Formats: sequence, C-alpha cells, structure tokens
Amino acid sequence: MDSHRDTPELERLLLRHAVERFYAMEAELLDARQFEAWLDLLDEDIHYWMPLTRNKAFGEWEGELTEAGKDLNWFDEGKFELEQRVKQIMTGLHWAEEPVSRTSHLISNLQVEEDGDGIAARCRFLLYRSRNETETDTFVGKRHDRLKRAPGGFRIAERRIFLDQNVLLAKNLTVFF
Amino acid sequence: MAGGDRKYLGGLVRTSEGRISREVFSSRSVYEDELERLFARCWLFVGHASQVPEPGDFVLGRMGEESVIFNRDRNGKLHVFLNTCRHRGMRVCRYDQGNSRKFTCPYHAWVYSDEGGLIAVPKLESGYHNELDTAEWGLIEARVAEYHGYVFACWDEETPGFEDYLGDFRFYFDDYCRTFDGGFGEWEAFGGTFKWRMPCNWKFAAENFGGDYYHNPSHASVDAVILSPAGVEGRHTYDAVTRARELHRLNICFPGIGHTARGEYFKEDYEYMPTYQEMPVVEDYFRECYAKRRERLGEKARFFGHGGTIFPNVSYSNGVQSMGTWNPVGPHETEAWRIFLVPKDAPDEVKNVLRHYVIRYQGPSGLTEQDDMENWGYAHEGARGTIARRFDYHYGMGQGHEKRGWPAEWLGGDIYATEDVSEQNQRAFFDCWARYLDTPPGAQGARKPSAQRAGKNAEAAE
Repeated sequence: MDSHRDTPELERLLLRHAVERFYAMEAELLDARQFEAWLDLLDEDIHYWMPLTRNKAFGEWEGELTEAGKDLNWFDEGKFELEQRVKQIMTGLHWAEEPVSRTSHLISNLQVEEDGDGIAARCRFLLYRSRNETETDTFVGKRHDRLKRAPGGFRIAERRIFLDQNVLLAKNLTVFF
Repeated sequence: MAGGDRKYLGGLVRTSEGRISREVFSSRSVYEDELERLFARCWLFVGHASQVPEPGDFVLGRMGEESVIFNRDRNGKLHVFLNTCRHRGMRVCRYDQGNSRKFTCPYHAWVYSDEGGLIAVPKLESGYHNELDTAEWGLIEARVAEYHGYVFACWDEETPGFEDYLGDFRFYFDDYCRTFDGGFGEWEAFGGTFKWRMPCNWKFAAENFGGDYYHNPSHASVDAVILSPAGVEGRHTYDAVTRARELHRLNICFPGIGHTARGEYFKEDYEYMPTYQEMPVVEDYFRECYAKRRERLGEKARFFGHGGTIFPNVSYSNGVQSMGTWNPVGPHETEAWRIFLVPKDAPDEVKNVLRHYVIRYQGPSGLTEQDDMENWGYAHEGARGTIARRFDYHYGMGQGHEKRGWPAEWLGGDIYATEDVSEQNQRAFFDCWARYLDTPPGAQGARKPSAQRAGKNAEAAE
C-alpha cells in the first residue's frame, strides 16, 4: 500500500473531496428542478428536520431549539413525506411553487468525519430563492448531515437544518434544503 | 362616520350590495383606523394556559402590532403586560419564553415584578430624590380572560367581557374547546410557536379561515397527494368520513356578531367510522372518544366544527386543533403566530400522529396553507393598484339565501346558516369590522352589547 494513502489527513481530504462533489451534484439536481432524481439521494429512512428557534437568555440554551419527535418543527419528517412534497410540485397545481422557484444552493465550511455510524458532514448553507417577478428569499444556516456510503457515492440518512431565523421571513418553505 | 369623511358601513363596506372596496385591504389610513378602533378594542388571543404551567412562566405574545408578555405570576394569576418599559419604552423582555419573577429593562434597569409592579429604580434617591411614585409606573396591563385554557386580552374597559363578546357564537367556540370525547378536557400546547411573515393584509387570512369552502380549488395539489393522516382520502382528518355520509356542510354566522365558523351537521346519528385502521392505539382512542362524545352531547354530537375566526384576527381549526393570530404589520404585511394543541391525556401515539399531521398541513411548511398564502399575497397585490382600487371586490355569493335556525334549532335560534359555499360569513365579518371602524375613539359606549343586539334585531327584521 502506498504509504501516503495511509495518512489520516489524506484520507480525510479524499473523503471531504468526495462529499463536496456529492453536495455539488445534489445542489445541481435541486437547482435544475430534478426533484425525483434528488429523492434518489435520500436514504429510505432519512430523518429531515428543521426546528424552530427561540430567543433565550445567554447560557440558558436548553429549549433554544424545538425538539424533533416532540415539539413543533418546520420539518420533522421522512422520505415518504418528502416524496409527497415533490409530487405536489409536479402536479403543476401547487400555486406556491407555480411558477416554480429559481434556486441556488451554496454550501461552504464543510467539515467531514467518518465513524462507526457513517459520515458526519457539517456545513453552512446559503439558499437563494427568486420567484415570479420580484419575490426573493435568502435562507442561511447550518446543516448537519449523516451520510451513508452507497454505490456511486452517498445516501443522506439524516439532515438536520438549523435556519438562522426566529420569525420566518419567508412566506413559505416550499424549497428543499 | 369615521376617519374624517370616510364612512365604512355603507361606504367602503357595502355588503348589502355584495361589494367591498379594495381600499379596505390596502389603504394606510384604513389601517391606522384599524389599530385604534379595532385592535385596541377587541379581545385578542395571546396564548394558552398550558404554555405557562408554573408560577413565573412567561411567553411573549402579540396584540395588534405590539409585543406583550403573557405570564403566570408567583401566585398563579395570569397577566398580559405591554412589553415596554414605562420610562423610555425599551422592551423589558426579549426572550420568547422562560421563567422569571422579574423583568429588568436593559436600558436604565427599571425592574418590574411578575405581577407588573415597578419594584426597583436605580438612583431613586440620588436621581429622583424619592419623588417618583413607583406605584404609578408599573407595566401597562391588559384585561385578561381565560376561557377553557385559551387566554384572551383586551385593552379597552368599554368592551364587554369575553363571554359577552363571544355572544351567541359561544356554542361554536365551546365546540372547539371540547376535547374529542365531547367534554371540556385539558388541552396542552406543543412546544414552539410558528411565527412567520406573509405579504398580505391580515384580513385575507381572517376571512378565509372564517368560512370559505369556495376556495377548494386552491388545494387541488394537496388533495392529489393525500395529506390525511389516515392516508385514505383528501387533505383533512375527516375527508374519508365526510364523503361516506349524508350531511350539511355549513357556514355559520350570527347577524351583528363578527365571529364566524364552518362545520358539518350529520343528517343522521352515525356510528364511528374506522379511520386509523393501521394505527390500533390511535383508532381505539378516537373510537372511544366518539362513543363518549355521543353519550355526552346526544343529538348535538351531530355537529362537527371545522374551524372559524374569532373576530377580528384569531383563527382556529378543529380536528387539527390549531389556534393562530394574524398580526398586522402595516397594511401590506402580516405576522402569523400559531400554536397547536392536543388533549393532555391522549396516548403519545395520538399526540404524535396529530403533531405530525398539523405541521405538514398549516404554516409555511404546510402543504395546504402554502397555497393559501400564495393566493392571499397576490390577491393583496390586486388591492393596491390605483386603477384596481376603483373596482370593488365581490362578496355577493349566497346573498339572501341564509337560513335561520336551520338545520337544527339548537344550532342557535339566531344562526344564519348556508349550505356548502356562501359569502355570508365574510359579510358578517366585514359588517362587524365596519361598525368598529365607524366608531371614533371615546365613543365605544355607543357600541355596547345592547346596541349590538338592537342592530341585530333590526337586521333580522329586514
């Protein structure tokens, strides 16, 4: 075995590179409105979660985010529900996405770790949405994914989306994060 | 007559002709009249008692454009305070929720107790020379009414008490407050409040929730993907049941009252229809509740509320049990707040099914309301144009076809009910709205319940 390939740093770099390419491909699918192809990147048991954010006193962070499986959340669902959202857009009658949004998904600050549970990938996202004539929304936040290795790349087994907003300034969340 | 030469009832609001001016939705001066004459006078929803279970618990609320603190004090009493320091107006609480015996202003550190009193002022002696009467400068407190756990507040002493404010509509709000077993069981709010902005006037949402079965085409896409938690049919919990039964789908209002509702009246006393076959715990729960409800309410169990709007801006949904407020942020923007509730003693499986369902139905991530908001937003744009504003909106559907005391006398002797689709509820909403706006500040005494009742009789006689 090539001794250089053994160095953990190089392994991490290669993994990071692979995840980066995966995310670029994912963004490409979403921004090209290839929603069904995007669904194929999701593990059958994916948990897709975006909590609400509360303003809390410094240091008293418990309760800053609403809890999955217990509280209200913007999203707290699985693949079946995400498939429903895609189907709804594809009816051509989902007025909130008709005409459909123009989106650009930007990903940065990527950190990747692999452990027994798979790959933990953390990043910042900026999702820009333009719709109709002058509607615009900018969604910025953190994304914590858990990825599984799969033929040809990865599958997203968990996506936790932390949107940096208290009162949601967008009228809807019809876009995928 | 109000706002200088402006006249609301018979002017901008001509419901008798089935017409309402677009100015009602888009005019800045109409909006300013609303803040003074409507939001400062009406009972507004601020939260549910289960959001503040312990002494010292607080959550923030909204009344009109303004932030309020809804709390339970050290003695268990509920309060609603305007969230502003009496000294220079800084917000005294900027946390969405918490537990505190005092609220300290970040600016000059005036300190208020959880009962609202001003309890500490820096330099009271050296700066104020003990000449500040702290008893005079406590937090500004609203009247508070707790109704089956739902807490409403009001700024105006002239406004009737909350139960009188509900009037004959009480039967319908009670129907909402009842747990699934027909009793007044305890509800608890899920953690978190949906809060989001919408680019439309608040009234588009209020009148839609108040009874607009006509807008079904808005939801063709969600009906197509089947959102119902039972996964059988449609987007509602009850769609499969509804389609299998003989019923009247009703729009419900009362002349002279702005509150409006919608619901179903079953023509027969039906047995429970299996709905959650694949979820035994949930199925058993609802079957049992249905039986208890029939036993408890008898014939009245044949009415199932779907939702409504407590005038002016509080909209509720039954079955999904949500409670929301459409808070004005200028004429062209609304900040919606919504909580969701479940019976406290329901099994976790039931709570989870309902939670999962409601957050996918309503709000900005909800498959259904997303399409409503799209329509409200662009309908609002249609109220803004110089040319567009010259042309009224049409509110004439079903005019003159309202039925009194139908389909059952116990639904309310003064009830106006119509089958399926009608704009009677919107007309009732805007009639009430116009009466508030025609009443200048200081003249509310003229619009007390007795006066409202007289107006109602006059209309009924027409």
